[in-house]
Amino acid sequence: MNSEQIIFYILSFWFVASSLAMIFSRNAVKAVLFLVLAFFSAASIWILLEAEFLAITLILVYVGAVMVLFLFVIKMLNIDKSTLRAKFTGYLSLGLIVAAIIVAEMSLVLGTNQFGLDVFSSPARHGADYSNITVLAMQLYTTYVYPFELAAVLLLIAIIAAITLVHRNETSRKKQSISEQVNVQAKDRVRLVSITLPNKEGK
Amino acid sequence: MNNFIEFDTSSLWAALPEIFLLSAIVVILLLDLFLDKRFKQVTYYLTQLSLLISGLLAFNLIGHPQTIIFSGSFVLDNMASVFKVFMMGATMVAMVYSRHYLRAHSLFRGEYFVLVLLSVLGMMVMISGYSLLTLYLGLEILSLSLYALIAIARERADAIEAALKYFVLGAIASGLLLYGMSMIYGISGSLNISDIASFASSANLASRETLIINFGLVFLVIGIAFKLGAVPFHMWVPDVYQGAPTSVTLLISTAPKIAAVAMLVRILVDGLGSMHAYWSDLFMVLSILSIALGSVVALMQTNIKRLLAYSTISHVGFIMLGFATGTLTGYGAATFYMLVYVLMSLAAFGVIILLNKKGFEVDQISDFKGLSKHSPWFALMMLIIMLSMAGVPPLVGFYSKFFILQQVISAGFITIAVIAVIFAVISAYYYLQIIKSMYFDEADKDITIHASIDMRLILSINAILILAVGLFPDFWMTLALSLF
Repeated sequence: MNSEQIIFYILSFWFVASSLAMIFSRNAVKAVLFLVLAFFSAASIWILLEAEFLAITLILVYVGAVMVLFLFVIKMLNIDKSTLRAKFTGYLSLGLIVAAIIVAEMSLVLGTNQFGLDVFSSPARHGADYSNITVLAMQLYTTYVYPFELAAVLLLIAIIAAITLVHRNETSRKKQSISEQVNVQAKDRVRLVSITLPNKEGK
Repeated sequence: MNNFIEFDTSSLWAALPEIFLLSAIVVILLLDLFLDKRFKQVTYYLTQLSLLISGLLAFNLIGHPQTIIFSGSFVLDNMASVFKVFMMGATMVAMVYSRHYLRAHSLFRGEYFVLVLLSVLGMMVMISGYSLLTLYLGLEILSLSLYALIAIARERADAIEAALKYFVLGAIASGLLLYGMSMIYGISGSLNISDIASFASSANLASRETLIINFGLVFLVIGIAFKLGAVPFHMWVPDVYQGAPTSVTLLISTAPKIAAVAMLVRILVDGLGSMHAYWSDLFMVLSILSIALGSVVALMQTNIKRLLAYSTISHVGFIMLGFATGTLTGYGAATFYMLVYVLMSLAAFGVIILLNKKGFEVDQISDFKGLSKHSPWFALMMLIIMLSMAGVPPLVGFYSKFFILQQVISAGFITIAVIAVIFAVISAYYYLQIIKSMYFDEADKDITIHASIDMRLILSINAILILAVGLFPDFWMTLALSLF
């Protein structure tokens, strides 16, 4: 076993272990933290595959942005754990049986016989001057420009959908009316009231 | 690898309908923001106009030889153009009906139309998708818009429930579909349908390669069956149809079916056509289960939207039966059935929407009581639609079932054809029940119709088309057969 394999097995172990811990942890915040660890291990495995840019993106976008947002959402929602757990144990036995059968069946098909190194050659190694980002960018903006644009449309839909579903009618918003502010005149704001002062002499 | 130079902007004309629609969406989205409340109708008319222009652009491309652009991820062929034209037509008609419903239930908002246009864009991408990646992205664009459209009636608890159910189950189905795609990609080494086709049909396929293709195939079939709503992946259909605002139900039950069939054709016929022997058995089981469950469970429904949902499931069964035969004429018959189903579904939901008025939501069969007294004309239209769905000659619903069964029998599956006919007869009962309610029951509430003239006119034309195409089915049938 060479050093690369040892590193791979360590990273894979943490990947699988943290994924399992995420599913089985009782605390939602802990689950998110385990998911962060899982993402981090996955990113490290990608670095072993020489996909450095994707690995960094995974950490920056998922760990840095998405998971932090996740933590905020969990803190805000204040989930009642007992109701969340209530049905979990009821379905646990059945779920475990189904999962075990699926895993057994899939491992019959997806063994090293099908995807092992004797069938597929190992990925090519590149020198130090090889830039992952350049190749990725060339592919993304030429061969995959159409799916790239479609992904942009998908994000546009997400924005429109989120605003449509959350936006309330205008009365609940406090907003400035600039034209009203500019056109305002003294008589609209200041009311002059003439008061007859009481006579000093009394009569 | 080094095909960067191949990209040529002059080849973009093949995607002109999509490019136009996306530009129109952006313009409408911005314009709607600055429109005064009094001119909200402008958004509606612009939506119709951009659908019309986009449809005409697609119509203009009919008869063009197959063109593949964007490095093999986009295809323009006859099937794509014909499907796009029908989909645009169906959406335009659906928008005419929707306007009446949106006004009656004060849901008339600019975002509604933008989201509909975006879902149409997703469907166009699916219809023209020639790589697994674009097919999946098109599907997600379509689904995401539909989730938001269902939840747009956010004051109603059942609409939110329907949207969430659709969202969660849709995500699971997308996951299964993606898993299947990853298997196919892993073994064939390409996302492009044409590469997958040449890989799967090569003579010296190792047995381990066939095994992995089959493994992926099962997940792909499950994903497609979910999107079509076939048993046992149908659980979302009745709840979503019932919970969604009727105008959105109308949309879900029509145009996306065309896109789902297109995706089925692209992946299973164009891509894995040589693996047909493996997936046709799966399709046989799915279609018989769908026909049986759709016909029997619908007998007990009192909610008409739910009833039409189960009717959809049984129609989807017939469409899949056509694909299961594995012959080119079988595919043609299934396509014909799908176009006919869209026509009938549009009209059926159109009549339901027609009866809606301010503060009155029509969703029970009993709401149709005594319709023949108040509006003999639309009762007659509903009669035509229901008889056509039941498959009574000379209406078009008869011919679509007839062509499918003819292909099934000539492919040698006589038992299956007999079972399908038996369940089709059982399903006639609930269609007749609606007719009975319209013609023989006394009205127990006010069912006067308050609809604008364009809605009445389009709905009448739509229903009469069911009769007209039934009398002269040759043109549509030849069209459907010419696509394969």
